[in-house]
Amino acid sequence: MRFPGTLNVFAKPWIWSYLGALLVWLAAIAFTHGYGAGGMITAGLALAVFSVIAGVAQMFVITLGPGNVDLSLPANIGLASAVAMKVMNGSDQMIAFGLLAAVASGVSIGVANHLLISLLRIPPIIATLSASFIIQSAGISYGRGLQIKPPPGFAEFTTAQVDGVPLLAIGTAIFTIGIAVLLHRTVYGRSVLAIGQNTRAAWLAGIAVERVRAATYVLSGALGGICGALLAGYFRGSSLEIGDEYLLASIAVVVIGGTSVSGGKANVPGLWGAALFLVLLLTMLNTFGVSAGIRFVVTGLVIIGVIIAAGGQKG
Amino acid sequence: MNSVSGASVIRIPWAGARTPRRILRAILPALSLALVVMGIAWLNPRAISYFGLNLMLNLGIPVALATIAQMFVITVNDLDLSIGTFVSFVGCVAATWLRDAPLLGVIALLAGVGVYALIGALIYLRNVPSIVVTLGMLFVWQGLAILVLPKPGGKAPDWLHGLMNFHTPYVPFPIIAAIAIAALVHIGLMGTSYGAILRGSGGNPNAIARAGWSLLKTKVVMFALAGVFGVVSGLALIGLTTSADANIGKGYTLLSIAGVILGGGEFVGGRVSPIGAVIGALTLTLAGSLLNFMRVSPDWQVGAQGAILIIVLAARAIINRTDRRAL
Repeated sequence: MRFPGTLNVFAKPWIWSYLGALLVWLAAIAFTHGYGAGGMITAGLALAVFSVIAGVAQMFVITLGPGNVDLSLPANIGLASAVAMKVMNGSDQMIAFGLLAAVASGVSIGVANHLLISLLRIPPIIATLSASFIIQSAGISYGRGLQIKPPPGFAEFTTAQVDGVPLLAIGTAIFTIGIAVLLHRTVYGRSVLAIGQNTRAAWLAGIAVERVRAATYVLSGALGGICGALLAGYFRGSSLEIGDEYLLASIAVVVIGGTSVSGGKANVPGLWGAALFLVLLLTMLNTFGVSAGIRFVVTGLVIIGVIIAAGGQKG
Repeated sequence: MNSVSGASVIRIPWAGARTPRRILRAILPALSLALVVMGIAWLNPRAISYFGLNLMLNLGIPVALATIAQMFVITVNDLDLSIGTFVSFVGCVAATWLRDAPLLGVIALLAGVGVYALIGALIYLRNVPSIVVTLGMLFVWQGLAILVLPKPGGKAPDWLHGLMNFHTPYVPFPIIAAIAIAALVHIGLMGTSYGAILRGSGGNPNAIARAGWSLLKTKVVMFALAGVFGVVSGLALIGLTTSADANIGKGYTLLSIAGVILGGGEFVGGRVSPIGAVIGALTLTLAGSLLNFMRVSPDWQVGAQGAILIIVLAARAIINRTDRRAL
């Protein structure tokens, strides 16, 4: 879009996120003289999975239109990680129940968020923010002193690799294809897009706006729950701060991935490009050996740079 | 949508408060504060004394200042997610450079205000959502704070420490400071003609633009004011704690948003209340003490703040609903 006249594919905004990911990867391996090039991609894919899942959740919510955002995701992820570990209790037989419990925890958070929005008629930002206060406390109180390791089978599953490609990344790739179908080929997905483009027009066209909105917050909650459980498996245990970085990450991958922040336009492939870009950016900064302070500053500036360059389409 | 809310912008909120429900809505913030104070007085009467109030309220001053900063941003329909880490950054600068190299410290703090103004300009010119931009800034300030002060420590300049530990006769200093902040901002934002323009640019931007005022300028002014109050908040905080760390202002983003909303501010439409915002900030601060006296586990402190926010919003929703029915 910035360079008219070049190849047509460059008109697709999400191409840039993949190019960005490629560039930071090349910069990193140029610095190491090619050492660890494959390992960086494996590690990058493994970590990108969590940003993609959280990003899908946030993408649906943001696509509902201006003002819609789920600020309770980090607290949700933190609580779900604790719930999953407690229910699984280190036993392989309980893995399915643990995952179910994490999803149930996320779903109830989604329901609570939507109840606050619809009953109190408060903006989603404030609703999900107040909810996240309470979830955070619930998480602290529930997870206090909790040091349960994930069941060996579950830990194995979250870190398994097939020819250097994390199993979880393959699974999540299939999952995102399903999400793309859900978004573009089902009544629900198209309703979300329609509401984001013009809520009133969508309502006049007979879309059950409130029901679609409720379903979207519940979906976001459920995905947050899954993300929390998987994170706990990957990092060998739950913690409350486990979800902290996914507020920025989920919003950033949505924005960098070419989804419109003013709603009505979502982009699934861009989530992967953006997630890889962010993870590899951190990998690159780590190989350069920069301090934590610089890492924060660069991450922040990249996000601001992307949103400023993309600009807002409508007010 | 704009033409509807436009009519109410020119009117000073609550100036036409005639119906009992409007009055009820207006005193809701004060009512919540009174409830919390009464709760404390009931559980621990000795806390309501000169020293008790001083102790409970002094950390409310930086919170109130950050809340005012957030209020300026909310007035123009934006949200500042970075105010907490900005307060951390200011704190780190205050505990290091401002003491050792005052000129450098002052320049850094002024530059901080300048960045705020620039962010306001960028948000307006590129028409981008403030929540994403300030989320990016959250990380930038956090990073800068770590760079200025990698390990907790530093020391507040003596003048700052002296100022914040000033003991006024009869009435505790935090109360006087809170009244002064509320009065100053109330006069500036609610009582002056440019204050009305500033609020109007949140309530009905089109009307303000057509009347010949620059929306870019109002946005920049509001963000710069947020920067100024963020700086003062960080300075006040370091004056009280005497040392800093890079996470010292972490909770301030959430507290400041909650304070504005508790104080009766509307999320969109330029309807805010500086007095309410200060009351909201003090309510949240005192709620912490109340929970301590109630022996509520510290685990639930944050949750209680969320619950207070939801209860007040629910009360407001009920009042609004009956109000609409009455009209």
